[in-house]
Amino acid sequence: MDITSLKGWEMKERLLKKEISSTEILNAHLDVIDKMEKDLNAFITLDRDGAREAAKRVDEKLQRGESLGALAGLPVGLKDNILTKDLRTTCGSRMLENFNPPYDATVVKKIREADGVILGKTNMDEFAMGGSTETSYYGNTRNPKDLSRVPGGSSGGSAAAVAGHEAPLALGSDTGGSVRQPASFCGIVGMKPTYGIVSRYGVVPMSNSLDQIGVFGRDVKDAHMMLTSVSGYDPLDATSSKKADRDISIEGVDSLKGLRVALPEQYRNLRITGDEKIQERFRETVKVFEDAGAIIDYVSLPSLEYSLETYYIIMSSEVSTNLSRFDGIRFGYRTENYETLDELYTNSRTEAFGEETKRRIMLGTYSLSAGYQTENYKKALRVRTLIKQDYENAFRDHDVILSLTAPMLPFEIDSMINSPVDMYKADLYTVPVNLAGLCAISVPMGDVDGLPVGLQITGPRFGDSTILKAGLGYERVVR
Amino acid sequence: MAIKTLIGLEIHVELSTEKKMFCNCKNQYGADVNTLVCPVCLGLPGALPVIDKQAVEYALKAGLAFDCQIADTIRMDRKNYFYPDLTKGYQISQSDHPLCSGGYLEIEPEAGPKRITLDRIHIEEDTGKQLHTEDGTSLLDFNRSGVPLVEIVSNPDMNSAEEAKLFLEKLRNTLKYIGISDVRMEEGSLRCDININVVDEEKGVKTSVTEVKNLNSFRSAVKAIEYEEARHMKLLNEAEGNVKETRRWDEVAGETIIMRRKYTADDYRFANEADITPVPVDRNWIEEIRKSLPELPHAKKMRFMEEYSLSEYDAGVLTQSQELAHFFEETLEHVKDAKLLGNWMMGDVLRRLKDEDKDFEDMPISSGDLGELINLVKEEKINNNTGKKVLREMFETGKAPGDIVKEKGLIQISDEGELEKIVMETLNKNPQSIEDFKNGKDRAIGFLVGQIMKATKGKANPQLVNKLLTERIKER
Repeated sequence: MDITSLKGWEMKERLLKKEISSTEILNAHLDVIDKMEKDLNAFITLDRDGAREAAKRVDEKLQRGESLGALAGLPVGLKDNILTKDLRTTCGSRMLENFNPPYDATVVKKIREADGVILGKTNMDEFAMGGSTETSYYGNTRNPKDLSRVPGGSSGGSAAAVAGHEAPLALGSDTGGSVRQPASFCGIVGMKPTYGIVSRYGVVPMSNSLDQIGVFGRDVKDAHMMLTSVSGYDPLDATSSKKADRDISIEGVDSLKGLRVALPEQYRNLRITGDEKIQERFRETVKVFEDAGAIIDYVSLPSLEYSLETYYIIMSSEVSTNLSRFDGIRFGYRTENYETLDELYTNSRTEAFGEETKRRIMLGTYSLSAGYQTENYKKALRVRTLIKQDYENAFRDHDVILSLTAPMLPFEIDSMINSPVDMYKADLYTVPVNLAGLCAISVPMGDVDGLPVGLQITGPRFGDSTILKAGLGYERVVR
Repeated sequence: MAIKTLIGLEIHVELSTEKKMFCNCKNQYGADVNTLVCPVCLGLPGALPVIDKQAVEYALKAGLAFDCQIADTIRMDRKNYFYPDLTKGYQISQSDHPLCSGGYLEIEPEAGPKRITLDRIHIEEDTGKQLHTEDGTSLLDFNRSGVPLVEIVSNPDMNSAEEAKLFLEKLRNTLKYIGISDVRMEEGSLRCDININVVDEEKGVKTSVTEVKNLNSFRSAVKAIEYEEARHMKLLNEAEGNVKETRRWDEVAGETIIMRRKYTADDYRFANEADITPVPVDRNWIEEIRKSLPELPHAKKMRFMEEYSLSEYDAGVLTQSQELAHFFEETLEHVKDAKLLGNWMMGDVLRRLKDEDKDFEDMPISSGDLGELINLVKEEKINNNTGKKVLREMFETGKAPGDIVKEKGLIQISDEGELEKIVMETLNKNPQSIEDFKNGKDRAIGFLVGQIMKATKGKANPQLVNKLLTERIKER
């Protein structure tokens, strides 16, 4: 039996029955890593020793008959912007090449408490900026479904690790689609939960009003297991919600019957070059929902038209301030080439930040500058409110919104890297969800030209349970 | 007068809360460098701020004490700039939505009471401190990083150094009264910047505003204002004061020195602090805080005048600080004579403290002891001069007045028979003085009293001595 072909929850079942040990589960994945990692480059830092110790502790607990946590002995990959105490955390940047955090992120603590086995830190676009994992200082990650193609991004390392059976579960972060789009590209499940239900404490922010930790699994049940292990109110995160402690249950669902589905009209006539086959796939999927008893309805969300512009202004503005602390003074990269304080700042940042990072810092600095702030940043904040309201209206009479996750198939490595604006457009379906603080899950809906395509199911704030159940229902229908 | 000086002040006040503003580190002055730090106040990646309720409460106390309008919601912003003592590349502050806006302080210059209005009071975090070493390297201490501050911004309502000084004193006094800060300029818990320019209203010309920093005491603030006032007057004549400047006060040279010219406004690229979701300010909470405020200096002064029939001046002095006023009222319970107590306190007690360069907080004598002393004088058990001597002894040894009087045998001789004997003896020894007196030299009496005091080691009841002397002299 190949352990790594099992779903995470299946591994856990066998572990609890003592059919397999945590160490065996770990070793099976390390074997895949040894074989695949040179092609995939899904990890920036592997912690084999730490993982072995953690697995051993789980096995000992099991031997002693102690109860185990929700992640009992399961290997987990962590996006490299999630701080791990004494384990290097780079954010995919040269800036943090030698940064060993003095503390664990809240989600990391929770994984340890849930008896998860942290495998290592996965590759990502630098500071989570990008949609292909090509802006990483540590080389690009390849898509396990087709090694000539990107895995998506920015959480491409986590998606590739799970899709490539290097880990059953992984965490990513999703600011404008950085979990859902790589899930779509790699043919797995990726979920961005409601803003505020997973602590951001210890997660290096990119755009802090949009960032949310997201989860990867090879099916909805795994994604659910990963999510419930890390969600919950955290007093250390002032944006964390007390509602986060509500039960996110997927019990008691086995059909899509009666599910009230909304399709935004704004997406109906949308045409992005080359996506006809993907649109066709989506229409077929909607039919599947309809045939299974879901009620399909079109809704209008007029402000969606402005979501990309709004997103790029707010995101880059926040990026420009969030990345200010990387100044070469207290931690991270410091240039050797300086005499004055200004040179220390400028040269450290010039040498250690990549192109895309610099581009967004500059965009954001511009948007926040006196004289431009009102027409850019402040206007974007107002449009954001309108987008939220549009969604609230839509969810008054509907349970979920269906759309594509990404308007494109995983593209060839290096084919898009010089077209940042085209790359930004790929976030069309995903960014409004972050702007409105909603939850959304990407579940595989088959292939187009042999490449995976994802269906995005969006729910209202704190509708995490609803979208998981819808995803599970869809999985069951198409299985 | 057509030419007017306009002065506005910006005061940063460190709040004396238990914890820092956004983390659980202790808020304390003078600890070993970098011992009161954590990922949050060090600005480590991923660390998040959580606002401390006490910091908000303290800021609200200030807002209520100065009659400000309180915002409905607490909104924090990021003020972006690079500086080594700033850990995150931005300071968490408030831009468009200060916690408190408007409000005023009333000052009382010679010309009569005047309201100085406030623009705003907002909350923000303090930065770390740079320590410059002799070899030119800079070290950073982040103990102060994240300490809560209020920034109090006045409107340019002050027209002289005197008014600015009165404003600062009133402000400090009030902040101390409400107990939200140590307000020690030398420790940096109160810091003041001055904005100053002059206007010729007749000619319709004015100089550009100068901001003066680095003021270490109220005295240097006064000197800096006087210096700048004179400089601006000249600029006005020379008509070249058109560039905004930031200047630094040099205490040693006694002048301001230019730091930078400001051709454009500073651009801090303010953005929402999205790590702190806007928090509604509970109106009931505000009312609770309002009720918890102590009686403020002005109200207390008015009450002292009314309740104890004190003059405005006396009431003003006695309500200078909360401790002093409290001590006065506590002692009054023993003494029951406000005027007498007021004289003692404003005279000997305060003078003594001033001579020893002490604040009233350092007062070594208890209200009970001072009350006892004054009662000894009032009941004529000791005379006034002896009382002053005993007070000095109390300051030096901390002993109770009764004990001092007993130990040194200072009880006043008020026994008429006993004094009569001494009076007769003294008269017998000094026939010349009797003669002088009868020849109209009133001073002779003084000499005789002195002799009697000497004989009794100052313990004789002076009134009685006077009475007996006059009576007995007449008989001779």
